[in-house]
Formats: sequence, structure tokens, C-alpha cells
Amino acid sequence: MDKNISFTLKVWRQNGPKDKGHFDTFQMKDIPGDTSFLEMLDILNEQLVEGGKEPVVFDHDCREGICGMCSLYINGHPHGPATGATTCQIYMRRFKDGDVITVEPWRSAGFPVIKDLMVDRTAYDKIMQAGGFVSVRTGAPQDANAILIPKPIADEAMDAASCIGCGACVAACKNGSAMLFVSAKVSQLNLLPQGKPEALRRAKAMLSKMDELGFGNCTNTRACEAECPKCVSISNIARLNRDFIKAKLKD
Amino acid sequence: MTKIIDSKIPEGPIAEKWTNYKAHQKLVNPANKRRLDIIVVGTGLAGASAAASLGEMGFRVFNFCIQDSPRRAHSIAAQGGINAAKNYQNDGDSVYRLFYDTVKGGDYRAREANVYRLAEVSNNIIDQCVAQGVPFAREYGGTLANRSFGGAQVSRTFYAKGQTGQQLLLGAYSALSRQVGAGTVKLYTRYEMEDVVIVDGRARGIIAKNLVTGKLERFAAHAVVIATGGYGNAYFLSTNAMACNCTAAMACYRKGAWFANPAYVQIHPTCIPVHGDKQSKLTLMSESLRNDGRIWVPKKIEDAKALQAGTKKGSDIPEEDRDYYLERRYPAFGNLVPRDVASRAAKERCDKGFGVNNTGLAVFLDFSESIERLGIDVVRQRYGNLFDMYEEITDVNPGQLANEIKGVKYYNPMMIYPAIHYTMGGIWVDYELQTSIKGLFAIGECNFSDHGANRLGASALMQGLADGYFVLPYTIQNYLADQITVPRFSTDLPEFAAAEKAVQDKIDHLMNIKGKKSVDSIHKELGHVMWEYVGMGRTAEGLKTGLAKLKEIRKEFETQLFIPGSKEGMNVELDKAIRLQDFITMGELIAYDALNRNESCGGHFREEYQTEEGEAKRDDQNFFYVACWEYQGSDEKAPTLLKEPLVYEAIKVQTRNYKS
Ligand SMILES: Cc1cc2nc3c(=O)[nH]c(=O)nc-3n(C[C@H](O)[C@H](O)[C@H](O)COP(=O)(O)OP(=O)(O)OC[C@H]3O[C@@H](n4cnc5c(N)ncnc54)[C@H](O)[C@@H]3O)c2cc1C
Ligand code: SF4
Ligand code: FES
Repeated sequence: MDKNISFTLKVWRQNGPKDKGHFDTFQMKDIPGDTSFLEMLDILNEQLVEGGKEPVVFDHDCREGICGMCSLYINGHPHGPATGATTCQIYMRRFKDGDVITVEPWRSAGFPVIKDLMVDRTAYDKIMQAGGFVSVRTGAPQDANAILIPKPIADEAMDAASCIGCGACVAACKNGSAMLFVSAKVSQLNLLPQGKPEALRRAKAMLSKMDELGFGNCTNTRACEAECPKCVSISNIARLNRDFIKAKLKD
Repeated sequence: MTKIIDSKIPEGPIAEKWTNYKAHQKLVNPANKRRLDIIVVGTGLAGASAAASLGEMGFRVFNFCIQDSPRRAHSIAAQGGINAAKNYQNDGDSVYRLFYDTVKGGDYRAREANVYRLAEVSNNIIDQCVAQGVPFAREYGGTLANRSFGGAQVSRTFYAKGQTGQQLLLGAYSALSRQVGAGTVKLYTRYEMEDVVIVDGRARGIIAKNLVTGKLERFAAHAVVIATGGYGNAYFLSTNAMACNCTAAMACYRKGAWFANPAYVQIHPTCIPVHGDKQSKLTLMSESLRNDGRIWVPKKIEDAKALQAGTKKGSDIPEEDRDYYLERRYPAFGNLVPRDVASRAAKERCDKGFGVNNTGLAVFLDFSESIERLGIDVVRQRYGNLFDMYEEITDVNPGQLANEIKGVKYYNPMMIYPAIHYTMGGIWVDYELQTSIKGLFAIGECNFSDHGANRLGASALMQGLADGYFVLPYTIQNYLADQITVPRFSTDLPEFAAAEKAVQDKIDHLMNIKGKKSVDSIHKELGHVMWEYVGMGRTAEGLKTGLAKLKEIRKEFETQLFIPGSKEGMNVELDKAIRLQDFITMGELIAYDALNRNESCGGHFREEYQTEEGEAKRDDQNFFYVACWEYQGSDEKAPTLLKEPLVYEAIKVQTRNYKS
């Protein structure tokens, strides 16, 4: 059976992108170990609302690690202490009685704070709009089994495609680079025969969009891979770089 | 004074209806498409695929969603798979069989013609998704892999690991992104539709709240498409994402769109049981687990008592003392019976005292036999991510060897219990997916059209994409062809001003209640009443009590609600309050419909109407119709019932049988 724990919670509050922001400190008492991290914040918010105060704003939706909406920087790690899990999948049994838990938003030039812990990640959508697709019309394409794809290739594409677009890689990177995210999408599509015809153009378009939006360069620190909740591999970045160089040579 | 409901089903034999329709419908030529605007609300499978396809065809599209990106729509969470009648496994599948299974699975309460069309376009969906680069699971030979799902005896489900919804949505999202990049679709993220604007009897726009600035904004178009998902969160705890809501659907309903079959709510049999009162949502364990997992409770009541007291574990109970009740009751389908049947069977055992956790509300899902037969590696390959997810939440690893009794190895079983999952009911639409308001269309889970009283696994994804890629882009043209001479609208029209004012007044009212209760606390109370009286086992008496309690909750909401902060800027509590008000109205609608339907069918089980063996007892004499509810001008007034009679031409209506 899980034990109840009590701890100190330091939460970043910021009223809009221009506000300087500050930490609020709360004492949390008797939180059951089988409470999820976000449910713990629900408890805090319920207490705040009962006291007539405004709740802490944070992004969340599916609460099962797939939508990519939740985005907290907990004790210096994007998505907190667990590996291969998002913030919403962390349970309080991971923390100890008496802990101090610090919660901050993603901090990166590419993701301005909207309020408290909520940030603006529309830059990711813009990168996708620049080339994160196969140009195929809705209609009647050929039979799905007409394209044979060897299982290892399909599996590799699937691994790359499991990126949830959360932004933890950017938050983890000291350069604020979005390379892991971009390379995951480029790899998924460039590995598959359907995506090959546009492979080079895609790599170039998505990368230039990334630069244009103010994300930093990749200097291979591997922090992104270590913090990615879906364990997206840094080998995707190498593949992206190869495709990018090929595209450059063609120009 | 009965209204005749025209569902516009095309003439001809069932297999030719859609082809005939497409051959004769009106089209809009390319030059005119550029002059026509369409609002699509929602970016789930239905909304994203529709917006992308319509944009690509040349219409000017405005696409809205609540989340910060279209990719986060709740469709992303679907795990198991998507059905199609490809017959790649050569196991006797066909369009007709998929059609038949869906109608039968829906307990003969779906509209035949719609379901046939769904089965017919199912194969195109797979082709389309593969062309987009959706990484479906494959065999070593490079062909697509399949698995089986509840309610079917063939293997027709396509999947991408345990993340099928994610991959399909990302496919639709990338098609949508391409159109946004090309300038045909304009995206409005972190916007919430609060009302639909009707001008001269036609839907001509929406009022949406910018969730960041808190401002109300007006948008006009020639047609409005609602793709806003289901209303499961009326029960507070469900497998739905936190932002799933029925506000857009209720707005349409209040403006006169009929709401069909609200009582048909699906309760999914394999969810992680409720653990405490702080819980915010329930986690689904994919139905695909039933392919290799066996569901059981103890045979002996003393074993159940020991499990409830925590003095025994599942793995302590040997094979001969386990009751695999689904295999016992339904030998032909076993653990793969449809969801409603599996859910009720679990409730039946738990009601009799055989539940296996501390609350007595759980059954076991056990992999011991399959791990022994296939090896842990194969089992993990199939379900590894689900096992991990289960372990993170419960601290129990279902793949772990826990006991050996008389040479038989027993692994930790999972504990599961039914939970609210999907809503078959929804906004009424005709064959063209048009609601009872002209120019207002509804697609995906938010309409009622294809699943009758119960949806089969892997069929919601199919329906969302069928509607968005292959049906609506055709049928909406039949409507828009008349509209080419209608110029773009100004949002200065009095109808827009009035609609915006009504929403503003509502917001002011909510802010001014200044009571003492938080939105969530009232929402939880609503959930308790819904689950208790309008849940899995319903009775006339219970429903009446439920309706009375819902009135009290509405009163409490109206007098006790407290929203901190102001209406300016972002106010998450205010946004939740608006949704809750609509959930209360929705709850009542479910209860009215459930009370009216004096029969048991699919997800709607009235305890008064069951066979001696405890199976659902339909009443085709009196209830072979779609119940359409019409708003009567106020949330306080009971809605009026209209009936769309069901006409079956291709299928003989029978009693559902999953036993032999
Ligand atoms: C956990 C889980 C697993 C599932 N697994 C499967 C499966 O394996 N196979 C299967 O076939 N089905 C499955 N389903 C069901 C299926 O996922 C859904 O029925 C389907 O995805 C619904 O798609 P949709 O496009 O209709 O709506 P959604 O995906 O719910 O999208 C709704 C959209 O509308 C927007 N929206 C809502 N309200 C408003 C508003 N007022 N204003 C503006 N925007 C709004 C949202 O932001 C969102 O973009 C599962 C469901 C759940 C909960
Ligand atoms: S690569 Fe990983 S960390 Fe980066 S957005 Fe995708 S899932 Fe998140
Ligand atoms: S809330 Fe969806 S991934 Fe965390």
C-alpha cells in the first residue's frame, strides 16, 4: 500500500509573457502515493479556489502520456524524475516525505510563457506546416499493400513517429534547439517509401523554419534524448543532418 | 402534429446507395469553392481530416480547437486500432461482414444505410493513411498486420503499436498542416466555440472564446461543421481527456438541432479501477488485451472476501478455483464479446460479491496462460507499453511471475473494471451528415450516426476518418452548391451581435454567482449521480430519482458556484464552469432518454428488461427507432421526443447471440 507524504511545493507564477514572475511556496499535507502529479496540482488548486485565490495554470489533457499537452519542469528535469514518462504519468510515490519540489514552465526562447506554467508551443505547428507531411491528396490512393515496407523499417519509422510534440527536448537543451523533434518527424517520413520523393526538400524546409523561429543549434549534448518521455533516439538527428547535407549539395 | 423525419437515405439496394448518391449529388466547381467559407470546429480525426480535405478541394476553411495544437485532440489517445474490410488475412472478411458485425454489435439500433457506407469506405481509409506515411504494424514480408477485436470473428483491425489513434491523428494533422501552410485552412487554437449563429434558419457562423485573452469573437461562414467529440465527461470520471466536453453540441441543441439517442453510452470493460476520491480520470487498458488475456473472478466467495481484505493475491488462487465467466457464458466469443456484454458481466459478478479489490469493484485480466504459451517476449512485444503503463499507475507488473502451484506458473494479473468511455448518441444527422439545422453538419463522435446502441472496438477511428475524408467532403457540396451566389457574411449582422451578447450574459451571470463551491466539486457530484442512477444498470425508479437529483445539482450550480479571478484574460475555472453547465443539461438529456426507452439494448441496460439469463432484452415492437430530442426553449423544461423509425432492408433483425 502506498503511504501518504507531506512536502513543500515551489511553483512558478507568472501573469502573462511580460510579467517577471516569481515562486509561490505551498505546504502540501498527506498526499496519497497513488495520486498522480497532476492530481496533486488539482488538490492544490482546489485548496486555492476554496480560499478564493486563482489556481495555478498548467497545460494538461489526456493524462495518460500521449497528447503531449502537459509540460512541467520538475526539480530541474522536463517531465520530472522518471525516464520514459510524461509529467501526467508520474505518481507521488516517487517522492519522499519532507521533499522540496520545484515546478517551473519550459524555459526557452521558442516557447514564451502564457501564464504560470503554460507556454506557447505554436512554433512546433509552424515547423510542421513547413514540411512535416507527405504531399498526397485525399482520394483514392493505391491499395495499401501495394507498397511493401520491411518490418524493421516500419518499426524504426514507428519509433520516430512516437514523438508527442511536448517540447521537453527544447526545454532540456542549453541551446534551446528543437532538433530532436524535427529529426523525429523527418526520420519517420524519410525512412518510408511514401516520404522519399520529398525527403531532401522536407529536411531543408523544416530546418530553416526551425532556425527562423529562434530555436538554437544542436551541439550534441544529448540532453534532449535523456529527457524525452518517448525515448526518441538522437540517431534521428544524425539522419536529419545527412539529409540536410545532401539537400545542400544539390542546391 | 408529428414531424416527419427525413433521413435522406438514397434509393436503391444497400450496396449501391452511396455510389448512386455520389453519381447524382451536386458539386461545386473550383472557382466557386474559393468563394465559399466553411467553419470546422474540432481537430480530432473527424475535424482534422475534414478540414484538410475541404481545404485541399479549394474551400476556405477556418478550423478551431481548444488545445494549443490540433495534434492534441482526444483522438490521439486511442490505443487499439482501426477496422477495415480489407480481408488481407483471407479469413472471410468483406464489406458486408463488417457492415453486418457493426449493425449487430450496435444491437440493431443503427441506421443501416450509414453503416454500409462506413464499411464501404473503410478500405479507402487504410489506403489513404498508408499513403500519408502512417506507420502501421507490418509482417516480416512487408505487408500490413492485423489483430482481432471484440464483436468480430475475423482479424480486421489495423494498428500502430498501442498508439493507433496517435498515428492516425498525426497523419490527419500533417495533411492539415500542409493545407495551413498552403493557406487554404486558417487555424484557431486555444479557442472554444460557445454558440452557433443562425441567420434565416441556416447556420452561418459561431461565437468562440479566445481562451488566452478571454475575449469573445465572431466568425462567419457558409456552413458550420461540428467535430467536437463525445460527452462522456458528463460522468466526471471517464477514459476521456480532461478537456472533452459537450458545449458545442449543447449549443447546437439549444439552437434547435435534435439530439439523438443520448442514453447510448458505452462503458468499456477494461479500465483501471477507481482508486481514491482525488482521481481525475480513468485509464483505459486497450481492448486488444482481451486477445491474449483471460478475464476471471474466484469461484469461491471466501476467496473473493480474502482478496477484498488483502489477505490473498490473485496469483494465490489456482486454476480450478477461477471462474472465467466470459468463456463460461459465451463459449463462441469468450473473452472477445462486445464491450457492453463484457462490462455487464463484470458488474454482475461484482454485484454478487465476487469483486477482487478492496472496493469489491474489480475483476482480473490474466496473462499467465498466454505467457506460458507464447513466452514473455512475445507477450511483451504485443502489450509491453500497456504493461508499463499499468505498472506506473498501480505499482504492479503484470508480466511478473508471482506464484507456482502444483507446477502451474501464475503471473500477477491486472485488475480492471468498466468505466465510461464513448458516447454513441449525439447530434442527429441525416445521411448527408447534416443536422436538423440547415448548413450545420456534425461528424465523428459528436454525431449519432453509425454505432446504434453499442460501438464495436476500433470502429470510432474508422467512423471519424470516414466522415472527414470520404463522406462530408462530398455531401457538404450538395448543400453548398445552392450557396454559390451567397456573398460572404459580415459578423456585424444583428444575429451575431445577439448570439455574442447571450454568451457574454451567461459568462457575467456565472462570474456573479459568487458562491462557495468549486467547479470540480460540483462536477464530481454530477458524476456520482450519473454513475449511480444513469450508469450501467438503470431502472425507471432510479432514473426518476436521478432526474430529481440532477435538478438539485443544477440549483446548487446556479447558487453555490464560485469562480475566482475575472472574466478578462485567461480563466480556466470559468471555462470549466461553462462546460459543467452543459454537462448538467446533457446529464438530464441522457436520463430522459433512458427513462423513455423501456427496453435494454447495447449500452443501455434497463434492469426491468432482461432475459432469465441476464441478457439485454430488446423491444423491437415499440422501440425500433432513433429517439430525437428537441429543445423546448429552456434548460429547465423537459425536451420533446421525435422518432426516426428504423428501416432495415438488408439485414434481418435478430436477437444478438454471442454464445454459439
Ligand atoms: C482512451 C481511449 C481509447 C480509444 N481507443 C480507440 C480505439 O482503439 N479504436 C477506436 O476506433 N476508437 C477508440 N476510441 C474512441 C475514439 O478515440 C474517439 O471516438 C474518436 O477519436 C473521436 O474523434 P473525434 O474527431 O470525433 O473527436 P476528438 O478527437 O475528441 O476531437 C474533438 C475536437 O474538438 C475540439 N473541441 C471540442 N469542443 C470544442 C469547442 N467547444 N470549441 C472548439 N473546439 C472544440 C477539441 O479541441 C478537439 O480538437 C478511444 C477513446 C478513448 C477515450
Ligand atoms: S522528441 Fe521527445 S521531447 Fe521532443 S517533442 Fe518529441 S516527445 Fe517531446
Ligand atoms: S496530459 Fe497528455 S501527455 Fe500529459
